[in-house]
Amino acid sequence: MSRPSDHIDSPAPAKASATSPALSPREWLRWFWRQLTSMRTALLLLLLLAIAAVPGSIVPQRSSDPNGVTQYFVNNPKSAPILDGFQMFDVYTSAWFSSIYLLLFISLIGCVIPRTKHHIEALRADPPKTPANLARLPAHVTRDASGVTAEAAIEAAHKIVRGLRYRVRRYDRGTTLTISAERGYARETGNLIFHFALVGVLLTVGFGGGFGFAGQRVVVEGQGFTNSLLAYDSFNPGRFFNPSTLPPYSIALDSFKVVYEQANPNAIGQPTDYTASVTTQLRGGTPEAQTIKVNEPLRIADTDVYLLGNGYAPTITVRNPAGEVIFTDSTPFLPQDKNLTSVGVIKLPDGLSQQLGMIGFFYPTVSKGHSGAFFSMYPDLVDPEVTFNVYAGDLGLNAGVARSVYALDTKNLTQLTGGKTGVKSLELKPGETADLPNGLGSVTFDGVKRFASLDIHRDPTQGGVLVFALLALAGLLISLFIPRRRLWVAVSTLPSGQIHIETAGLARGDDPTLDTAVTALDTALATNLGLTS
Amino acid sequence: MTDVLSQYSVLSLYSSMAVYAIAFILFTIDLARGAGDDVVVKASKLPRIAMALTVLAFLLQLAATLMRGFAASRVPWANMYEFAMTGTLIIVGVFLAVNIKWDLRFIGTFVTGFALLFLGLASTRYYVEVVPLPPALQSYWLVIHVFVASLGTGFFALGFALSLSQLLQHKRETTNAAALVAVSSSASTSAGSPVVKGTAVAAKPVRRSRLEFLKRLPDSIQLENYAYRLIIIGFIFWTFTLIAGAVWAEKAWGRYWGWDTKEVWTFIIWTIYAGYIHARSTRGWRGTRSAWLAMVGFAAVMFNFTIVNIFFKGLHAYSGL
Repeated sequence: MSRPSDHIDSPAPAKASATSPALSPREWLRWFWRQLTSMRTALLLLLLLAIAAVPGSIVPQRSSDPNGVTQYFVNNPKSAPILDGFQMFDVYTSAWFSSIYLLLFISLIGCVIPRTKHHIEALRADPPKTPANLARLPAHVTRDASGVTAEAAIEAAHKIVRGLRYRVRRYDRGTTLTISAERGYARETGNLIFHFALVGVLLTVGFGGGFGFAGQRVVVEGQGFTNSLLAYDSFNPGRFFNPSTLPPYSIALDSFKVVYEQANPNAIGQPTDYTASVTTQLRGGTPEAQTIKVNEPLRIADTDVYLLGNGYAPTITVRNPAGEVIFTDSTPFLPQDKNLTSVGVIKLPDGLSQQLGMIGFFYPTVSKGHSGAFFSMYPDLVDPEVTFNVYAGDLGLNAGVARSVYALDTKNLTQLTGGKTGVKSLELKPGETADLPNGLGSVTFDGVKRFASLDIHRDPTQGGVLVFALLALAGLLISLFIPRRRLWVAVSTLPSGQIHIETAGLARGDDPTLDTAVTALDTALATNLGLTS
Repeated sequence: MTDVLSQYSVLSLYSSMAVYAIAFILFTIDLARGAGDDVVVKASKLPRIAMALTVLAFLLQLAATLMRGFAASRVPWANMYEFAMTGTLIIVGVFLAVNIKWDLRFIGTFVTGFALLFLGLASTRYYVEVVPLPPALQSYWLVIHVFVASLGTGFFALGFALSLSQLLQHKRETTNAAALVAVSSSASTSAGSPVVKGTAVAAKPVRRSRLEFLKRLPDSIQLENYAYRLIIIGFIFWTFTLIAGAVWAEKAWGRYWGWDTKEVWTFIIWTIYAGYIHARSTRGWRGTRSAWLAMVGFAAVMFNFTIVNIFFKGLHAYSGL
């Protein structure tokens, strides 16, 4: 059987007898396989897959929104672990989602392989014999003619049909001369290509995905990094990733320019362009000036470098009471709103009499609200200001626990400025210096640089997935729009000497043009034979 | 210049909504005319007038959309308001184009009503002034990906209307067939002789379907064929949207597929319509069941455009809607 037995073009099933004999294990297996590869099962699995995909759009997913998942656990401490037990935060890699699509693909393969075999045979075979009773076919026209022999008529029909690129074969039944023709084999070819291409997409993603990696790196203007595991702020390797395959190159951020809308009163301050100017250098190569923009990633040595974020990195210098510099750096502050009010942390474990931690707020264009709190009213650097809340105590850096550079754990710290301390936060404009409380030293705000957040990926599946996806699309187009049909012409000689011409057609699959095709053939034949209707 | 153009755009859009409203009323009256007892409904100019008004409204909306685009110096589909405007324009456009080939004026009520509803919601609830594109949307893929998605939606919308008509028509056909059987069997018992087919047809059914207003529509099989032809075109466009979206996502976000909420729903919709196409070649699923799938599919398209855009968190969120 080429198609599943419940395909609409398959013959109707025989009524099952009321007393079926007991099945042997082997027969049970065959029965199970037939069920799995049936159209009905494929359809149900498809619909099940659609339903199973829904929760992943409602509950945050670890793959696309890890912060959302953390937040969800905080907001729903009771239900989150239960949902987690059902893999609701990893829906698309979960056991249940995977089993649905794997079953679907097994069903698909089980259905497509016998069809391919059958189709290859059909491609080599002749069109089937002309049915005895053409009048029973869905499209059927007749005409009587005189002055032509049956042989001439059938030969003319043969030529016309072959001219329409049908595969034609002559079958004569006694005095009735007939041809049988079929076209549109590509419909099934397209169908098979579509399904095999889907398998191709799945295999490429399944096996190729493991060799890739994705890493994130924040770079401040004037700084750079070399592509090695150590250089990344975060790194997600695929299952089969080998760190020695990281291509050796360096990227330095020369400048980062942002264009803000100035003219349109409804969009003042909306960024309209980000341009990162970088210098790249392959090991042993010459430095090259390049740009990276949103929507225009940099393709370098088998990896893609994307510009996915940016912000400000105030340059801060801290001196001890003797005036010696104990810290100077441009620290990336993370943007909190669209006017880029940013928060950053500076940790000073050494060089002062106490360990200090400073939580900094940066306002590119500072303004004071009614409550007295600062905020930024414009994202560009019009009137920048940085403020610091200073904490003293144990920073916890010696405990051997990994600490985020963007967060300060204030549990073992005493706040010295800001908040409820009664001491004003340090407030600095560029070039200004403020003294730390308790004569600990001084802090200088030297200036501001911008930083760019770069994502570096290698995904070896991209090309393959694209090729298979386009193949699937092509297969789909062919299988949905090329009609497959059979046409027959039968010519018999009547006792009167006239000839009787029957033209009939049968669609295989959807074919809205069947009737037109049969009438057109009949008309073409009449014209060819010089008959007037 | 920008202000003047966008104001004219709004004016033109409101005019088109007024004309859609009249066309909607006329289409509805014409549909209701079929509900009478007469077996043959008198020919009327109503559908032609309604159709002409729909063309007029379409042209006004087209002008509104173009002016909005020129005001913004970019394609007019970068936020909810613009997308609703362009999306419904395309749905009406597909409806008008398909009518050149097939007479589908009976779904004019649905198409004009749908356009009116969405334009009304978009212009009152989601109107935003013209603003420039954020860097993430500055790509030629915005032109291709979104346009083809709207085109697909246009075909799915017509598929929905036709599948709904098919379901109702099927219900009418079965009710009337059952009534006919009831009449002929009662006739045969009273007369005590077999009834000739012709007499049963002439006899008035005891209880006609309440859906008699559909009697001038094509039969349910023809409606299903129409729906199928349109939905497979929509499916091709949707497949292309999926692929183009993945190509763009790779450039803009660094991955071609990341199960972002909008990606998830595009996938769900694709799967439902794939199911619909399968259902049509599965014994026992052709007809009513596959029609339901076509309707569920379009419901998912609408869900994706409204609820997912507005309430779900994701990378596709339109800035300020």
